[in-house]
Amino acid sequence: MPLSQTRKAVAIKVEGVDLSYGDNHVLKNVNLEIPPGDLFAFLGPSGCGKTTLLRLIAGFNRADRGRVLLDGEDITPLPPWKRDVGMVFQSYALWPHMTVERNVAFGLEERGLPKQEIGPRVAAALEMVGLTGLGGRRPSELSGGQQQRVALARTIVVEPKVLLLDEPLSNLDAKLRVEVRRELRELQKRLGITTIFVTHDQEEANTICDRIAVMNNGEVQQVGTPMQLYEHPGNLFVAGFLGTANIIDGKLVSNGPGVAYEIPGGGRIELPGSAKIPLHGRLVFRPQSVSLVPACTPPSPSNAHFLSSVAHREFLGATLRYGLTLGNQEVLIDVPFRSGDVLHEIGAKVSAVVPQSALLWLDR
Amino acid sequence: MPLPLTLPRIRHAAATPGQYALALAIAAFLVLTLVLPVVTVVVVAFKDTTGGFTLVNFADFFGNELFQRSFVNSVWVAVLTVALATVLAMPLAYFTARFEFRGSALIQTLGILPLIMPPFVGAVAMQLLLGRNGTVNLLLQDWFGFTIPFMEGLNGVIFVEAVHYFPFILINVTASLRNIDRSMEEAAQNLGASGFRLFRRIVFPLSMPGYVAGAVLVFVKVFDDLATPLLLNVKDMLAPQAYLRVTSIGVADPIGYVICVVLMLISVASLGLSYAATAGKDYATVQRGGGGLTRRRMSRNEAIGAYAIVGLILALVLAPHAALLLLSFATVWSFSPLPDAYTLAHYTRVFSDSAGYIWNTLLYASIAAGIDVLIGGAIAYLVLRTRLPMRHWLDAAAMAALAVPGVVLGIGYLRAFYAVQLPGGQSLATFWVMIAIALAVRRLPYALRAADAALRQISVSLEEAAENLGATKPRAVRRIVIPLMTGGIVAGFVTSFATAAVELSATLMLVQSNSDAPLAYGIYVFMQSPAGRGAGAALGVLAVLLVGVCTYLSNRVAENGNGSSHH
Repeated sequence: MPLSQTRKAVAIKVEGVDLSYGDNHVLKNVNLEIPPGDLFAFLGPSGCGKTTLLRLIAGFNRADRGRVLLDGEDITPLPPWKRDVGMVFQSYALWPHMTVERNVAFGLEERGLPKQEIGPRVAAALEMVGLTGLGGRRPSELSGGQQQRVALARTIVVEPKVLLLDEPLSNLDAKLRVEVRRELRELQKRLGITTIFVTHDQEEANTICDRIAVMNNGEVQQVGTPMQLYEHPGNLFVAGFLGTANIIDGKLVSNGPGVAYEIPGGGRIELPGSAKIPLHGRLVFRPQSVSLVPACTPPSPSNAHFLSSVAHREFLGATLRYGLTLGNQEVLIDVPFRSGDVLHEIGAKVSAVVPQSALLWLDR
Repeated sequence: MPLPLTLPRIRHAAATPGQYALALAIAAFLVLTLVLPVVTVVVVAFKDTTGGFTLVNFADFFGNELFQRSFVNSVWVAVLTVALATVLAMPLAYFTARFEFRGSALIQTLGILPLIMPPFVGAVAMQLLLGRNGTVNLLLQDWFGFTIPFMEGLNGVIFVEAVHYFPFILINVTASLRNIDRSMEEAAQNLGASGFRLFRRIVFPLSMPGYVAGAVLVFVKVFDDLATPLLLNVKDMLAPQAYLRVTSIGVADPIGYVICVVLMLISVASLGLSYAATAGKDYATVQRGGGGLTRRRMSRNEAIGAYAIVGLILALVLAPHAALLLLSFATVWSFSPLPDAYTLAHYTRVFSDSAGYIWNTLLYASIAAGIDVLIGGAIAYLVLRTRLPMRHWLDAAAMAALAVPGVVLGIGYLRAFYAVQLPGGQSLATFWVMIAIALAVRRLPYALRAADAALRQISVSLEEAAENLGATKPRAVRRIVIPLMTGGIVAGFVTSFATAAVELSATLMLVQSNSDAPLAYGIYVFMQSPAGRGAGAALGVLAVLLVGVCTYLSNRVAENGNGSSHH
């Protein structure tokens, strides 16, 4: 029996969820809407509440307030075994006393399927994850990558309403991780099942997920596609967590006809005359938005620019990263590396330019 | 010339002459005190009157109706004890692992209590409480007109042994349950399993290795126990028969040795079975994390039920202790629910007449524990920190003592050393030092594992740093390794001391005169006559106190030791 598209994809809605352990406020008023068929990531540093939220959807944690809905149906009061929400555990949680086949058959047996139906479905699930022929092995006889596939097969074979993946790639080595995440994406699209993927690795989330909820301190910071989040971070945390960002403290001062951003400890960034300047907030831009120009180049009115000196230099392969001293702070700049380029030495005076479209003002 | 691809390892250079000497000395000790006596027993069992090989003795054994019955009885008692111990242990283990239950601490503490008192000490007291004319049955007869044969014949042995040994199952199963990764259970819930199905399909199979280990330990202990059946006047079991043959017919009678071989075979087979059942199935370490099952609060009714079950079991557990205490203060306690009157006379008598038992116990147990700590520590060091060839054989030989029942070791000593004359004309087999050595050999496996565990926690680099700064090997061991192992060593000493103090099966064979006898022997002698019961109980109470205090101290030391090694 084929395992694809047998079920209509389901929307997940999290409404006003609060959760505390004693004084520790782990989830604070979390609201999310995940459209049917999405591959959705909870992304954040460890301790941000992403796994807690995932386990709450699976029914292993109880919210103090709020509800979880699948296609409008409130599943909050249901125990884990009645939710039909498939979860793949970070440790895989394969039962060591059962063979691969018994592991995969478990959920079907619990659902009371007739024996003659279980066999073919287990075989189909194992085939889908590329483990045909290994059904008789014990989990301990498999490699980490194979164990991960068994865990996935064990969950999808029951065709759950939604699929929850708790850091599914964290126990794999770097090369395998890239391979498996692509397979995971393909499998998810083939099954069309709404999937939540918990990770602390932004690259993982960026490369395979349709949408990401960035979390920190138990709060959802921002939801969006990977590109939206990168280009338009809603706050300082998101800007700093996704990619590298220069977050610069300073004070706006008027500068004859224009406006400048004065950095404590000396140094200033001249802002373009046409810029929309907010009343407060900090200046944010990405290292690769900055270009270095000869110090004698006349400033363009549509760019921000500043004078500085090189404090350090790192060779990253495709790019060169310069650290520039600006007042008491450091500004990172990435320039593409081409062989034969003239490099700026430590201590060299340089002039840097940032296009107006790359400037962000974030106050939190 | 190609360069060698692997450099010779510099750490753990070849063993020094001193290490060889140490290993040889330990090997000699083990050969003399363990291998030789056991081999003697086996050889004698297969020897005919002319000294040739024969199976006649075994044919005699299996052709004899009494021995057939003894064999069946021993197996029956051991199996039923395991079953009853399981019934007592499982609910307690499950409650502690599954619920946020205030009774858990109580279970953990009181559940270990029976181990402090060997079963034979409480056996007679249990008869007074639960026997045909004991407290409970007298009350049942008065109130309801019926009695329960708790202590009739084999029932008594099963009952007393189960009440004493169920903690082995409790401890092992609880540890297994604690080590189950929580996600194992959650994955099953996530796939639709709950309640009893979840327990049957996931939790129970995962705790099996712990259960098997505990159950086999109980089986072996009960199968080998000599004193409990004897005190309950049950003679048709294997260990008592071996004892009776050798003490009544003499050390030359081959049947006693045949019984010993049978006892040993069953011990080895059980431990082998346990190893086979648990090897490679240490499920606890398959997954990272752990954390045990999800605990939940009990509902009101569940809590009432749980407390009722825990209360009942703990009442059973405490019954021998309570009865022993009562008996030690009783003037006369016979055919009445409670003693007629109370007195301190038994304690006075014990302290005035029988102080020798106490001193002998302190002496033997100290010597035994001292030997254990020295040899256990030395073997652990040789195995873990040197490249001595065949060093693992030392470890294996010392651990083999686990499979040798006390009665077998005792008979082996008698046979092997009987002909050896000391300068005073006394036989070596009856020299009191042999009692202490037999106790040391019996307890060595435990001391060795304690020393091994303590040494494993000490990084080799600490020792290497000392050598790097100029300390010789022996000085590095003395100044760095031994001080760091102190916690483990002291805990090992106290445990060996406490358990040696109440060990009886080997002692019973080796004690020749009352003046050489330790506490356990004294209790046994007193308990055999109704007139001596009070004094026997008083001595028993002292033994329990001694062991209890030691166990407490050993736990304290072990806790402190752990605290200091996690820095």
